[in-house]
Amino acid sequence: MTDISASYAAPTRRVDVTSPAAQARIRARYRREKRFKLYGLVALSLAAVFVVVLIGDVLSRGLPAFWQYSLVLDVPVDAAAVSSDGKVDEASIRAADYYPLTRAALEAVFPGELTRSAQKQLVRLVSSDAAQPLRDKLVADPALVGTTVKTRLILSANSDLYYKGSGTPISSREMRGIATPSGTSGDITILTSANDFADVLVELKQRISEQAKALRAEADRLELFAGDSITAKVKALRDEAAKLQQRVDQPKVEEKLDNKMPSLLVAIDGGLVKINTLSDVSARGTVLLPLQSTADAKPGTWKLVTYETPESNRKVSDQEVAFLERLKELNHVERSFNWTFLTAGDSREPELAGIRGALVGTALTLLITLVLCLPIGVMAAIYLEEFARKGRLTDLIEVNINNLAAVPSIVFGLLGLAVFLNFFGMPRSAPLVGGITLGLLVLPTIIIAARAALKAVPPSIKEAALGVGASHQQAIFHHVLPLAMPGIMTGTIIGMAHALGETAPLLMIGMIAFIVDVPHGFTDAATVLPVQIYLWSDLPEVAFKSKTAAAIIVLLMFLFVMNGAAIWLRKRFERRW
Amino acid sequence: MSNKLIAISAAAAVLGTFAFAGAAVARDQIRIVGSSTVYPFTTAVAEQFGKSGGGKTPVVESTGTGGGMKLFCAGVGEANPDITNASRAIKKGEFEDCQKNGVKDIVEIKVGIDGLTIAQSKNGPDTNLTRQQVFQALAAEVPDKDGKLIPNPYKKWSDIDPSLPDVKIEVLGPPPTSGTRDSFHELFMEKGAEAYPVLKDLKKADSKAFDKVWKSIRTDGAYVEAGENDNVIVQKLEANKDAYGIFGYSFLEENGANLKGVSIEGVEPEYDAISAGKYKGARPLFIYVKKQHVGVVPGIDKFVAEYVSDKAMSKDGYLARKGLVALPKEEADKVRESAIGMKTLSADLVN
Repeated sequence: MTDISASYAAPTRRVDVTSPAAQARIRARYRREKRFKLYGLVALSLAAVFVVVLIGDVLSRGLPAFWQYSLVLDVPVDAAAVSSDGKVDEASIRAADYYPLTRAALEAVFPGELTRSAQKQLVRLVSSDAAQPLRDKLVADPALVGTTVKTRLILSANSDLYYKGSGTPISSREMRGIATPSGTSGDITILTSANDFADVLVELKQRISEQAKALRAEADRLELFAGDSITAKVKALRDEAAKLQQRVDQPKVEEKLDNKMPSLLVAIDGGLVKINTLSDVSARGTVLLPLQSTADAKPGTWKLVTYETPESNRKVSDQEVAFLERLKELNHVERSFNWTFLTAGDSREPELAGIRGALVGTALTLLITLVLCLPIGVMAAIYLEEFARKGRLTDLIEVNINNLAAVPSIVFGLLGLAVFLNFFGMPRSAPLVGGITLGLLVLPTIIIAARAALKAVPPSIKEAALGVGASHQQAIFHHVLPLAMPGIMTGTIIGMAHALGETAPLLMIGMIAFIVDVPHGFTDAATVLPVQIYLWSDLPEVAFKSKTAAAIIVLLMFLFVMNGAAIWLRKRFERRW
Repeated sequence: MSNKLIAISAAAAVLGTFAFAGAAVARDQIRIVGSSTVYPFTTAVAEQFGKSGGGKTPVVESTGTGGGMKLFCAGVGEANPDITNASRAIKKGEFEDCQKNGVKDIVEIKVGIDGLTIAQSKNGPDTNLTRQQVFQALAAEVPDKDGKLIPNPYKKWSDIDPSLPDVKIEVLGPPPTSGTRDSFHELFMEKGAEAYPVLKDLKKADSKAFDKVWKSIRTDGAYVEAGENDNVIVQKLEANKDAYGIFGYSFLEENGANLKGVSIEGVEPEYDAISAGKYKGARPLFIYVKKQHVGVVPGIDKFVAEYVSDKAMSKDGYLARKGLVALPKEEADKVRESAIGMKTLSADLVN
């Protein structure tokens, strides 16, 4: 010890650490370190911000899909409607057509005469398989047939979105005059004793005046250019503007409303009338909800209701808004957890679509992948690391394994198609083939990780085992492998997570598909979660957007559970040693 | 020891699954492949078919028209699909391929019409374009005054025609791998190019050179490839009121609250206009059925009957609610008749 320090001490160079120059150098060094720490911190917080934004975005879009609005109605279940050949049993209850029952139950909520188009829209408020909960109830308890059952009816995706807030702001103001409606259904006129509609009419005229102004501005802009087609267009614009201006200039004349303006409605005598034409003292319009009578409405008992979003800018018509608002007022609407999403297979109706099929498909596929990869990968790693003679052949194999880990995943799909489907004749879209294909994809990753883990075990362990007389195989399997297991597990998790996110190789073997039935075995047609997300994201229905995000949440959950299980396993293995 | 046990049982499990796969049973489920444009409609029919107790719900894969045709024409037998979706008619090459592989009897069913729409945000100015203007906006090369081809000089819509909005040309559309892009070229770019007399002459003189003109889209940023997912384009249009997007009519209909269609030659992309053939950017959609599989795989005839039924295909049918534009009644009746009768496609009808 002293020798060494002496030999270092020999070329002693006296450095004055207190000199200003040295002090400055030290400060610079500390500054550099601080700066480096700061870079790290910035990078970390940036990454954290991205993660938070990403997760937040997915959650804010996806969480609403886990809840669902439905109607709660009393549905009289007529025995004749659910029987076949006069018998009521499970089969007949399942096969029955519930459309007439739901329709009757809905119409019972809205007494009075509805137009044909209103009837149609009323039925469209609920899903095409709205009576699913009713059917389940009847199957569970056939004694309910013949009674009136209080049950949930699944709303259509658009109605559901309406209650979730994609509708329209609604305002209403009370009126001063005495109003007289001319009928209870169809097209009617409402006369009022005061100038109740004057304010609204003024607002309307203002709006038209703005439109005319915009047209004139456009005409002025075009006038700067020459050309016959332009002159004609300018003239057309000016005419249009003049026509609108004329309407503005006659303040007392009645006005028509169109679907590009906020909708005006009159709530009177228990009904609702949509205004089509409007003057100071009268409004003509279509009845959306039938009136109970044509009695005069006293001041303060009737209201002017405005749906602020123009009808052409929303997915639900005025009629549907009227129905939905009335159902809400009557307390027929209920919000509950969307079990359908977790228990049903795929569907083209957003309100009926679920991810159970994809979830089961993912589990089956990953099981095959794991069962195939873990033993083969670990065995290959042990052989290559411990038993194989180092030579040109093992070098070649090693290079190939490393290369395979970097091959684009679609190539494995092509391989799967050529080998498993075309050569071995395995079934298309099956988790078996998907699992094997993904197995090929992650095998190199697992082999590389397992080799690294084996290499990391100190050689002294193996040497000690050999020293007390263990065979080479015993030394590896009894002592080195258990110690390497945590590392192998980590590699396997990374590989499985990789497999969990893959869609490209599955395209070729037919797993990018619409599959309604939940798979029951390894050879049933199935799809997996990332594929389900991809397929839903490409559908036109707006409601599928939140389903997509919800499916992403489920995928993340699946990942967490998988990782959690692996960590738990790893801990166990560590303790055993 | 336990490790050995695990390894052995795992190996046994792997072997077991291989053996299980070998004993494939006869297929009792219809398999459908093909176009992602037709996918939303075929899946709806498949679900309805499954619910109404016709049999197991068919499996519908989304592989693209070309990929679907390849699988469909690969041969007869239960490893091959029974039906393929197509957003264009079968090509001569594909038909010959089918024949060569023993797929002799193919039934072509025209299921409806898809309008290819150019759309914009509701907050943008109303626009009316001609197909020639679309060509001018997006072609890589356009003829100048003397009819010579020059790189596209137009930066703003108003450069093309002063009556168009005074904003930068920015169109979001599908990438070249998409069937929608093929249709866009054929319906808009080719017809737009033909509006130039000099290009029409070129078509007669040198059709290859003409093809090159309408098949090349400018790459200077005016046309943005937004990926296969039409919903991405929809979202981008909602955010940018000066941009235009190209996608199928069903997306426009579904997002009508935020988007509006651009009129083409004065005709707005609306249901009735597309159905009547007045809107110029419309294309027919097909499914092709392998007649040799009818009766072998159960339910194909019933599935086809469901597809062409009034309940599905008519103007009030559930497919119309999903955004498919129904065929005019007379044509639909004809399609129904030949579909139910399983009339096969003859070689001279394919081009």
